[in-house]
Amino acid sequence: MTQPLDTLIETPSQTGGPYVHIGCIPTFAGIEGVYPQDLGLSPITDGAKGPLVTITGQVIDGTGWALRDALLESWQADAAGKFPGQQGADPNVTGFCRFAADKDSGEFTLRTVKPGPVPMRGGGLQAPHISLWIAARGINIGLHTRVYFEDEDNSTDPLLARIEQKNRLPSLIAGKTGEGEYRFDIRLQGEGETVFLDI
Amino acid sequence: MSDLGPLVPRRRDMHPVPYDPDYKTSVTRSPNWPLLSMESTPSEETGPRFGHSMLGPLDNNLILNYSRDPEKPAVGERILMHGRVLDDFARPVPNTLVEIWQANAGGRYRHIKDSYFAPLDPNFGGCGRTLTDDQGRYQFLTIRPGAYPWPNRANDWRPMHIHISVFGHSFGQRLITQMYFQGDPLIDRCPIAATIKDRGQLDRLVAPLDMSMARPLDFLAYKFDIVLRGRRQTMFENKLEGM
Ligand SMILES: [Fe+2]
Repeated sequence: MTQPLDTLIETPSQTGGPYVHIGCIPTFAGIEGVYPQDLGLSPITDGAKGPLVTITGQVIDGTGWALRDALLESWQADAAGKFPGQQGADPNVTGFCRFAADKDSGEFTLRTVKPGPVPMRGGGLQAPHISLWIAARGINIGLHTRVYFEDEDNSTDPLLARIEQKNRLPSLIAGKTGEGEYRFDIRLQGEGETVFLDI
Repeated sequence: MSDLGPLVPRRRDMHPVPYDPDYKTSVTRSPNWPLLSMESTPSEETGPRFGHSMLGPLDNNLILNYSRDPEKPAVGERILMHGRVLDDFARPVPNTLVEIWQANAGGRYRHIKDSYFAPLDPNFGGCGRTLTDDQGRYQFLTIRPGAYPWPNRANDWRPMHIHISVFGHSFGQRLITQMYFQGDPLIDRCPIAATIKDRGQLDRLVAPLDMSMARPLDFLAYKFDIVLRGRRQTMFENKLEGM
């Protein structure tokens, strides 16, 4: 026998289901007037410092079909690498955005400022990135991943360095398609599968 | 000690399996390759904070927040859903956003894509949100949702359930789950509930009737506590500048 451990166990996840929008983006579900406005409409307000970027993409299943019912959330630092709430953080960066795959095309769009490099615990820097979390019907526990940028130096990023199969790196790097415009597709399964994080 | 350590790693064996043939949609939406495991960084340890200024007075009252008229309450068995949000170390998680959504008493969602022939309730929207108090407590007044059929195997029905989304204070704590109701025989037949392979963990999603919080001649109560990942706090963590 030993002393009992009194730590608790995390509540188990369940899928958000097909109607996740009702709770998270009610206007997408067609529900108006319950809340003054949906939460996380934009990660920035007017005057946010740094280059504006638009990231578009789809969430694609193992058959190659783009999900029409995915919910995405993003979280990021400001252009100086500070997170909202930290000392000196840009007051015009709330850092959090919620957006859905379009119900007809499956396309999502995130408009924000490009974040700066973020410090690691114990020293070192992470390359500029945006954290993403994906929930949908058929996803039993929300999927974490990251968006890095093709036109940044990603060579010393500690997370990317942990990926043994370098042929999987492109799944985390948004491709530049124009001035301030990037493409980032998320492949849930199969060829080109996105690297998802247990972090 | 201040709140500076890394997040306690998720125990994936205590969560549902991502791939489960009995829940057909999961078959093509679950990653084949292992997740990349790594200690949390500031990107996961920080997270959005939401304030009271964002909330309206009826946000956690689903019986009235759609009609906004006390003469037109939602139809159904009136219930109080209440509980606490804690972390792995049993510390309360205060001021964190809890959002819920659910079907109406007939098992129909108010959503552009729900075409079940059970009728919509003109006085029920189906969403609510609130912030936990300084003890991590939250409450919703709502109606008990109906069970509903769904296209999966030939005759699958969802048990009565309320969907719940919780933020915590770190993006890495993000959690969506579902609350079931004590005594519902459909729980044991549900392929979504069955994605959780540890029976003790599934039982933690089943809210008991809690007559101590029921209000005579008004509503029943169900208690549902939620545990999020905690942050380790030893004396030996590397600290970050400016956090
Ligand atoms: Fe549901």
